[in-house]
Amino acid sequence: MPDRSEVSLSPRPASAGAPSPAAGGSASEAEKPAVEFRDIDIAYGKFVAVRDFSLSIRKGSFVTLLGPSGCGKTTILRSIAGLVDISGGQIMIDGRRVDDVPIYKRNIGLVFQSYALFPHKTVFDNVAFGLKYRNVPKPEIARRVGQALDMVRLPGSEKKLPSQLSGGQQQRIALARAIVFEPQVLLLDEPLSALDANMREEMRVEIKKIQKATGITAIFVTHDQEEALSMSDRIVVMNAGSVEQIGTPEEVYETPATAFVADFLGKANMLAGTVSKSDGTTAVTLAAGQTVNVTSPRPLASGSKVTVVVRPQKLSIGAMAGANRLSGRVVSTSYLGGSAIYEIDIGGKTNVRANAPINGHVVREGETIEVGFDPGGCVLLDESGQRIS
Amino acid sequence: MKNRWTLYDPRLAWMLIAPVLLLLIFFLVLPIAVMAVYTFFTFVTAGVETSALTAANWHEFLTDSYYHGFLLKTLRVGAMTALLCGVLGYFPAYFIWATSFKHKWLLLLLLIVPFWISFTIRTFSWINILGEQGVINVALIKMGIISEPLPMLYTEGAVIMGLLHFLLPYMILNVYVSLESIDRTLISAARSMGCTSAQAFREVTLPLSLPGLAAGLLLCFVLAAGSYVTPQLLGSGRDALFGNLIYDTIMSELNWPMGATLSIVLFVVLGFFAAIYTRYMGMSQIVKGLGG
Repeated sequence: MPDRSEVSLSPRPASAGAPSPAAGGSASEAEKPAVEFRDIDIAYGKFVAVRDFSLSIRKGSFVTLLGPSGCGKTTILRSIAGLVDISGGQIMIDGRRVDDVPIYKRNIGLVFQSYALFPHKTVFDNVAFGLKYRNVPKPEIARRVGQALDMVRLPGSEKKLPSQLSGGQQQRIALARAIVFEPQVLLLDEPLSALDANMREEMRVEIKKIQKATGITAIFVTHDQEEALSMSDRIVVMNAGSVEQIGTPEEVYETPATAFVADFLGKANMLAGTVSKSDGTTAVTLAAGQTVNVTSPRPLASGSKVTVVVRPQKLSIGAMAGANRLSGRVVSTSYLGGSAIYEIDIGGKTNVRANAPINGHVVREGETIEVGFDPGGCVLLDESGQRIS
Repeated sequence: MKNRWTLYDPRLAWMLIAPVLLLLIFFLVLPIAVMAVYTFFTFVTAGVETSALTAANWHEFLTDSYYHGFLLKTLRVGAMTALLCGVLGYFPAYFIWATSFKHKWLLLLLLIVPFWISFTIRTFSWINILGEQGVINVALIKMGIISEPLPMLYTEGAVIMGLLHFLLPYMILNVYVSLESIDRTLISAARSMGCTSAQAFREVTLPLSLPGLAAGLLLCFVLAAGSYVTPQLLGSGRDALFGNLIYDTIMSELNWPMGATLSIVLFVVLGFFAAIYTRYMGMSQIVKGLGG
């Protein structure tokens, strides 16, 4: 795991080809991260929720902490806000240590899953709340609340009570309330989970738009891989209190660093096998008996155990299947319109999932077909589940 | 088979509430109605009345300031008791709610423990504490701080103390329940926006717990204003409340028509306060509080 902590510690050089550079990030600004975690540990009694977590977040970027429930992502978010005490390490906001700064003096916007709007206050008083405690003069408060409500597309709702708004509207107000006082960081704790599916899609776009427009640094916590992939500049994949991988959505999806990441994001096919030939090309004999050719970043010793990770989209079927043809029987077919997801039994108690465009006819259950993938269309993991690089 | 009973049959619902309904009708509504009729009967002499209808009792109540004084004093003592309960009860409720102590149920149990002892005996116990030969006076005299026992028992203060002792758990439970229903992320939200914990209390916790406080105030007020055992045991003749007046009218003077009139007056006055409360707060809060 040393390579992982290295990834997380080193500030990403501006030329590294990150797809979404920090908004307005000049070179000097890029040197001072908006938020930086240095080896933080968080424990509740004997239970260690987060271990050795390091991350630096560039100004204006949108970073997602992604992982299953209980992986420590919400704990980290709460530690930035000061709602959770860290037991070791340092948290810096704009280069200033905040471990000892009480919660109400940290300049942070928080959006909760449960909205957490004050039920006894009007929309105006809710949104004005942070400004009031920053001693902003009254006319200025009114102006900025109006602006924030315009931004979340709920102008004129000042006099309403939260209970008179729908869930989506309440979450917009919560967002307005969190950004109106221009916090240094915006923290979003699963803000979409309480919404229904349609509203969720809409809010996803909305949040991203507002984050771009304001240029605010945002940290987003979710267990939903689609949200993470569609919204983030960078994704931190977490499991059981530690970081599995940090990278752009493309990086974590295309080149998962660990078996956990490969499985958690998009349910990749994981084919166990043994390296059988490694001069120039690498051949892997799968547990099911077939041999496939793969591209390895470095030569591998013959006989070493590896896992071949192939995304369902990288598997082609029938006539489209080029290299590495495996034959199997279709166990189930899910027709999705433009494409279909097939579950194919390739023998050796191994099923693979292929997400292939419809070409001619939809292959039915029970039919025998060929599946194949390019040697370069896969990632290799070593015995301990780490990506071979 | 068309008349098969199902679990949600309205007829079944009526049958299930029938016993309670009958009980309420025969032992609450009907007696009150009888009392209401009695207020128009004619008082002849102690223990004798005729059913000749008259407005004399009501006329006497409405014109005699003796009764008005009693009523006002009763409302004043009730209000003072309720306010003291509110001030003294909020803090323990807040503490039980805020503590990170693992066995919270134990603290709540402590609130209920006094109910295991008869209310009358609990009231009597104050005599041993406040009386001339009571713990406080004896201790102070032994220590030489005072030479004469302090007159603490049989005062209005003793009555209010006894009522507090009786009513505080109701207040604490009511406030606790409404605190418990507050979403704690609201407090985190307030803190993250710049509130100190005291400010967050003022902005969020206090206003959201007011319904429970109001329910407690009403409950304590009604129970205190309607009490008669406590003033009887801990107060002097001057500290008698409206309930004692009713008792005297019926049991000593044997004037049932006037006693009935006074009872209906107290019933209507306290009902009026409960109605105002229900109008603004809703009765459900009290039910929640009583249910613990």
